[in-house]
Amino acid sequence: MIRTLAFTAAMLVATPALAQLEVGAPDPAQQQGGLSVDVTDTSDNDLVIAVPRLPTPQAQPTPAGSTDTLGNQIAEVIATDLRNSGLFRPRGPNGVRAISMAEVTAPAFPEWRSSNAQALVQGFVRAGGDGNITVGCYLYDVALGSELTREGFVVQPRDWRRAAHKCADAIYARLTGESPFFDSRIAYIAESGPKGARIKRLAIMDSDGANHRFITNGQSIALTPRFSPDYKSIVYLSYLNDRPRIFIYDIASGKQRLVTESRNQTIAPRFSPDGRTILYAMSVGGNTDLYSISVNGGTPRRLTNSPGIDVAGSYSPDGRRIVFESDRSGGQQLYVMNADGSNQQRISFGGGRYATPEWSPRGDLIAFTKIAGNFRIGVMTPSGGGERLLTNSWQDEAPTWSPNGRVIQFFRTTQGRGGRSSIWQVDLTGRNERKIPTHLDGSDPTWGPLLP
Amino acid sequence: MANLSAKLFVAAGLLAAAGCAKKPPADLPPPAVGTDQGTTAPTDGTVGNAVVPGSQQDFIASVSSDTVYFDTDMYDIDAEDRATLDSQIAWLQRYPQARVTLEGHADERGTREYNLALGDRRANAAKNYLVTRGISADRISTISYGKERPKALGSDEASWAQNRRAVTVIIG
Repeated sequence: MIRTLAFTAAMLVATPALAQLEVGAPDPAQQQGGLSVDVTDTSDNDLVIAVPRLPTPQAQPTPAGSTDTLGNQIAEVIATDLRNSGLFRPRGPNGVRAISMAEVTAPAFPEWRSSNAQALVQGFVRAGGDGNITVGCYLYDVALGSELTREGFVVQPRDWRRAAHKCADAIYARLTGESPFFDSRIAYIAESGPKGARIKRLAIMDSDGANHRFITNGQSIALTPRFSPDYKSIVYLSYLNDRPRIFIYDIASGKQRLVTESRNQTIAPRFSPDGRTILYAMSVGGNTDLYSISVNGGTPRRLTNSPGIDVAGSYSPDGRRIVFESDRSGGQQLYVMNADGSNQQRISFGGGRYATPEWSPRGDLIAFTKIAGNFRIGVMTPSGGGERLLTNSWQDEAPTWSPNGRVIQFFRTTQGRGGRSSIWQVDLTGRNERKIPTHLDGSDPTWGPLLP
Repeated sequence: MANLSAKLFVAAGLLAAAGCAKKPPADLPPPAVGTDQGTTAPTDGTVGNAVVPGSQQDFIASVSSDTVYFDTDMYDIDAEDRATLDSQIAWLQRYPQARVTLEGHADERGTREYNLALGDRRANAAKNYLVTRGISADRISTISYGKERPKALGSDEASWAQNRRAVTVIIG
């Protein structure tokens, strides 16, 4: 858990009793800074933002290292988050002069101006008497010499990366006007071994690839995970005992339970936005339709009954509608229906095939895989308009949305007997594409919500 | 140790290359099912050098093929498939206690979840043919591996044709 605080200048010297302080906002008069970043901008005018290492009032040991060392590591994570968003050109902490504690709230603006920095991130790390650390985070407009935002985070030392992500999130949100997304997690399938007998393990990690952890041991094929909205569990397809079935895995206890027992093949499980329902597909005698069932089990409810393959459903963020793919017209196309299965309408008509739809958490777009020669990631509106393709590679598939609906992760497979899969990320401009580091090969990424 | 690993990789490469032919050899080696279970009856069908009647190995040796192949996105049983399945039916009628699993597979040029459904279609297409020719549905289970277990490892039409398949496996 992270406690978020707002600081007064006095807090920088008054160590105790942080928990009693209310969360507040900086002076509204200071919030009208001239700096802003447009997430839809496709030019190369990335904002130059200086990120000096975070000083500490007194270097103290913590289980995660000295507060002095943490100050540098936190600045590095902040800078990396901002750089990887594709919107900022961070400088530092290396190559940027170190600041004193006194400067944290009184930046040396003339010096930063002469270094051509447009924005400035400063902060501090302080060890508390209760075993926690406090990380202060301040954002300044260098040209105007004004403060744009400030936040503070109280975390256990082992969670220092979360404090860094929260700081980067505050900066991203303040400068773009968008919701943040760095402090979030990914579940995915870690792949290893030869192509004909790949080991496929469920794994989780932070959105930047850190804090990696395997969940299943690879003895059974694991596929297509989705986080529950509260991050407490993961629903996925497991080939345990050579019977592909849907399980809900509880992360804290390490136990899993079967969602629905069936001799039929069940695939493509998804949580509803309220976490109470599992949407999935079931194949009966070669015909695949969509069903829903309570997370506690019970009787499944059949939602579609076309003679084709209806699969890969995804709820709208309000839980009232479902987008899915169906080959009822011949090839795979996208359809939207009400959550009870009524009013099924085809929305994709652009030529080629469309698969793996995922409704954005903002509700405004649907991401998909387009199959027309290459497999590419694209987006369209829920009514089928405004189609745009964001990637172009031999095989990109299975998009998943960042919590703010501005970034998409997917997996990319390369050709040939040595073909491998890896997790990639692209923003909605299609411009900022990069590979996410994973311990092994990766597929089926699924992005969870912003952590509280 | 390094040398041993290198040799193993070479051997695996040769096997993979062999699997890339247009059609697999008629007598595929049996899968090594149960060979590590010393206490239970061998299910790979060998006792010494003898083939146990009714076993997986006997099935492989007796039928024209354990596998039927499909065109892209298709799941229809054509004349060639019928000949293959008819040979399987003759064997299944000879061993009425034998049960089978039909494994459905797809090539890599499809999305993962669709291919799981497509593999199920193919396994069921083969199952339905066996059932219409008198094999009890109770003796047949199906499973789809989608594109997760390719037999041929190349990214070319010949390899994909090998992987769009339904494989009959004797489960005892």
